[in-house]
Amino acid sequence: MLDAACCLVRRDLLLAWRRRSDVATALLFFVIVASLFPLGVGAEPNLLRAIAPGVIWVAALLSSMLSLSRLFAADHADGTLEQMLLGASPLGVIAAAKAAAHWIVSGLPLAVIAPLIALQYGLAPELYGVLIATLLLGTPVLSLIGAIGAALTLGLRGGGVLLSLLVLPLYVPVLIMGAGAVDMASAGVDPAGRLLLLGAMLVFAAAFAPWAIAAALRISIE
Amino acid sequence: MSWFWYASPQTFYPLAGRMAPWFAGAALLLAVGGLYVGLFVAPTDAQQGEVYRVIYIHVPAAWMSMFIYVVMAGWAALGLAFNTRLSGMMASALAPTGALFTFIALWTGSLWGRPTWGTYWVWDARLTSELILLFLYLGFIALQAAIYDPRRADRAGALLAIVGAVNIPIIHYSVVWWNTLHQGASVSVTRAPTMAAQMLTGMLLMALAFWMYTIAVTLVRVRCIIREREG
Repeated sequence: MLDAACCLVRRDLLLAWRRRSDVATALLFFVIVASLFPLGVGAEPNLLRAIAPGVIWVAALLSSMLSLSRLFAADHADGTLEQMLLGASPLGVIAAAKAAAHWIVSGLPLAVIAPLIALQYGLAPELYGVLIATLLLGTPVLSLIGAIGAALTLGLRGGGVLLSLLVLPLYVPVLIMGAGAVDMASAGVDPAGRLLLLGAMLVFAAAFAPWAIAAALRISIE
Repeated sequence: MSWFWYASPQTFYPLAGRMAPWFAGAALLLAVGGLYVGLFVAPTDAQQGEVYRVIYIHVPAAWMSMFIYVVMAGWAALGLAFNTRLSGMMASALAPTGALFTFIALWTGSLWGRPTWGTYWVWDARLTSELILLFLYLGFIALQAAIYDPRRADRAGALLAIVGAVNIPIIHYSVVWWNTLHQGASVSVTRAPTMAAQMLTGMLLMALAFWMYTIAVTLVRVRCIIREREG
């Protein structure tokens, strides 16, 4: 069972590596969205410092969502997904593996590059650790919830826009806790509570989302 | 007689047709009574003046907006568990009314907020949660509208409604915590500790009227859906 999951993660990562430009595009999108805000709201350092956690988190949300519609599309188009549904390993494990691969490709790079954006926004260096921690805890939740939406909208006309309508309201708690933890830390309050809540969301999503993804895939494929 | 007799669209269709006018009539009577009590009998609020009377629409609409989502998710879960056609139809028939009540609650809330708080919109926890609830309803409706096959639309919508229902408490509490962090207690709903009996009567009458309206409209809408699908 774990073999199948590892195999699937390795395969998805290899596919992503062979088409590196897709990964780079999502990352570039993150950087560009974050760079647009100072142009829109003005380059006042205090203002930028205040909005930095929120901007970085919203940009991460959008960037992670951007690659969601491709999560199952290619496997659906060439019939691999049907074989996965028919295969011996439980669909929930496959769903979890797909979400994990999506996170490694689209969530993990965001956590790595976020300090660069934080630097541009003049965020205090001691907050970088909290920012990275929130992204590491929060972006897997985005991948797991997003995969439910991606499975539900599989093969639908205008699926990309619909996907954002379905998924973004469900992202709200992660956004609030993620940006809130950094805000708290910058106000000098211990952000442990928010981080623990983010961790709780991750555990909850990791436990239940794979079932929902599997059910959604069955609904979409049959 | 078995209750499952009416679980089939063919037998439910005439039953819904017979029941809908009664519920519509009850809704009309209760609304007239509730509005009379609310607008003419109930006293003026000591702090807010006449503007408080918007609660006779606002509070029942807000109750219904949340309650309908739960009922919708309940029908959706039933449909997924027992694979009945009617459950999915009921869920899709409820969604527009739920979205409507959510919108009414937001709209009347902002009309009340302008004279009372001095602004149409504040990022208050309850307002924000209600707004996100509206997005959830619209997502459900949009997903069902995008799928041609009605069986797949029902089941996909059902899954989304259940995921949404699980998430609503999480969303609500995170919004409450976000609110306390960002805003402090700058805005609070001041309400007299005890509500005058006539006010409560008017509000409960309106809540019952909205219930009856919801049932009547859902029955009519489910008849339309049955006609569309079963021909």
